[in-house]
Amino acid sequence: MGANPETSERDKARLQWRCRRGMLELDLLLEPFVENVYDKLSEEEKQQFHALLDFQDQELLECLMLQKKPEDGRLNGIISKVRSTV
Amino acid sequence: MSSSIPVRRFDTLVIGAGGGGLRAALQLAQAESHVAVVSKVFPTRSHTVAAQGGMNAALANVLPDNWHWHMFDTIKGSDYLADQDAVEYMCRAAPRLVVELEHAGVPFSRLDNGKIYQRPFGGQSQNFGGDQAARTCAAADRTGHAILHSLYQQNIHAKTHFFDEYLALDLIRDESGYILGAVVIEIETGEPLIIEAKATLLATGGAGQIFRTNTNAHINTGDGLGMALRAGIPLQDMEFFQFHPTGIAGKGMLITEGARGEGGYLLNKDGERFMERYAPNAKDLASRDVVSRAIYTEVKEGRGCGPNADHVMLKLEHLGPEVIQKRLPGIRATIQTFLHIDPINEPIPIYPTAHYTMGGIPTNRYGQVVAPLGNTAEETVPGLYAAGECACVSVHGANRLGGNSLLDIVVFGRAAGNHIIEFLEENRYHRPLTGDSVDKAMARLARWDQKGEGESVKQVRDDLKKTMEDYCGVFRTDEVLAEGVDKVIELEQRLENARLRDHSKVFNTARVEALELENLMDVAIATVCSAHARKESRGAHSRIDFPDRDDERWLKHTLFFKEERRLDYKPVRMKPLSVDSFPPKARVY
Repeated sequence: MGANPETSERDKARLQWRCRRGMLELDLLLEPFVENVYDKLSEEEKQQFHALLDFQDQELLECLMLQKKPEDGRLNGIISKVRSTV
Repeated sequence: MSSSIPVRRFDTLVIGAGGGGLRAALQLAQAESHVAVVSKVFPTRSHTVAAQGGMNAALANVLPDNWHWHMFDTIKGSDYLADQDAVEYMCRAAPRLVVELEHAGVPFSRLDNGKIYQRPFGGQSQNFGGDQAARTCAAADRTGHAILHSLYQQNIHAKTHFFDEYLALDLIRDESGYILGAVVIEIETGEPLIIEAKATLLATGGAGQIFRTNTNAHINTGDGLGMALRAGIPLQDMEFFQFHPTGIAGKGMLITEGARGEGGYLLNKDGERFMERYAPNAKDLASRDVVSRAIYTEVKEGRGCGPNADHVMLKLEHLGPEVIQKRLPGIRATIQTFLHIDPINEPIPIYPTAHYTMGGIPTNRYGQVVAPLGNTAEETVPGLYAAGECACVSVHGANRLGGNSLLDIVVFGRAAGNHIIEFLEENRYHRPLTGDSVDKAMARLARWDQKGEGESVKQVRDDLKKTMEDYCGVFRTDEVLAEGVDKVIELEQRLENARLRDHSKVFNTARVEALELENLMDVAIATVCSAHARKESRGAHSRIDFPDRDDERWLKHTLFFKEERRLDYKPVRMKPLSVDSFPPKARVY
């Protein structure tokens, strides 16, 4: 994420738009997280959050509702963080 | 005409990349038409992914069935407001389209004998109202997801051109009424683009976001409905909005009827099982509209739960942990995720939630948009098509049956694609880009560049959604709706004075949300005005002051025009394609 405040604001907007998904459940999990928590994450956690956003909607929902474990076990931490902010 | 805006030309422009839009685009791309699909989000994030239930088709794989019974159920379910020619067309096409989807890779669940499994859903019958039928084909609980992904992959293969993260602003219309494409903006850069097309298909989905509590994704802002209204095209039957009684209060997600089917029941703040008063026999399993109105009444009369007394409770604890874990695991996961409580130990806060837009842009069964713009009630708007939840063809009438929406999008997406192919043969060249639509669209965009003091978009949107919920929800009377009309019109005036603080172009999502709010506002006005005018109860439109269906006066479709907020009506198409008409009867289950 760029140091320029203008750039970082745009990056945030871009990220917020990527959290607009096909399911209400995902909107309600992701949008407040980006709004309130994302900026406080470590760089590594930010990367993990971006990796989550690459998931297809159905798979993402199953992982965030703990009905399925992500293939990459390193994402479990960020999943817990998203869950804890709803 | 603003000459500085770049122009791209295609044979066909499809606006919306859910199942309806992608099914049509596929038909066109496979016929070597040059087709563009515009989508404000990445296509596989369209709301079709949320359709978990399945798709109806009379395959008779589990129980006896045929398309004619499916047709009867759909018409009865619609409370006789559906157009019977369109319903016959859809039900006849259904088995073929399920097989076609399966061949394209949709993994429908199977029976041991290898045939497609079919589950029973409410409203399905054998032999015209007899025993329960089993008609819904499903790919586990991810049918919409599977269909959408299959269609997207096929479109990529067929070389459909995708404009991802572009927002359509308005249709372009010339003086003789032809639709010539649309003005869109690229969200990334904020720059406008004219997409010229010989034919344009609107497939932008529903508008659940007009209500505060709803089951829809945030993208469902009725963009195509607003575009149609602003182009002078009426919206049909907007008063019919399907509500589900048990949404999670304040959030909207659905708790399926299965929870009450397993023995869950509703409580007010006094711990009273209030459904016993409203429906002494069926109690908590009374029909959706009865339960929804009972919840509303409890809250309205001060017996709601919580600090704001604005919801009731659904109690499941008495079922025991085993039943909840085994039969309702999805509900438990949802509650644990969003409310951080366990329904094994605590009741769930509940309020009715808006679910499905039965009304929409009026079309015939070829997907052509039709309106009383000239001498007859159903004149085609040349070059314009609509399919899916944004369209009103009308196969759902006053109430949609479960399993019929995925069917609707693939049947009429395909039908529209086929008709556009014919239209393109007769209309080989782009018509000259004349008229003032582009300037109007650009003015609409420029309006949000105004600086200075003004209300925030979010404030107006929140007030609109709350107003629609309170004044045009499940409890409708003349008094409530008349007040609702006034309040929404007041909000429309407030919207004119709303201002953005951020005027940058690059990825300005605040501006996108402002443009979406204009669509929500147009749709909300259409909905509340249509509901106020219809003085009967039919399907999802339930009037306390007119509790009965009135076929003599109201067996007709509503048409709402933006200009002067004018209402018109047109007859229901009672004549099917080949079989006898189903005359209106009392709707008893």
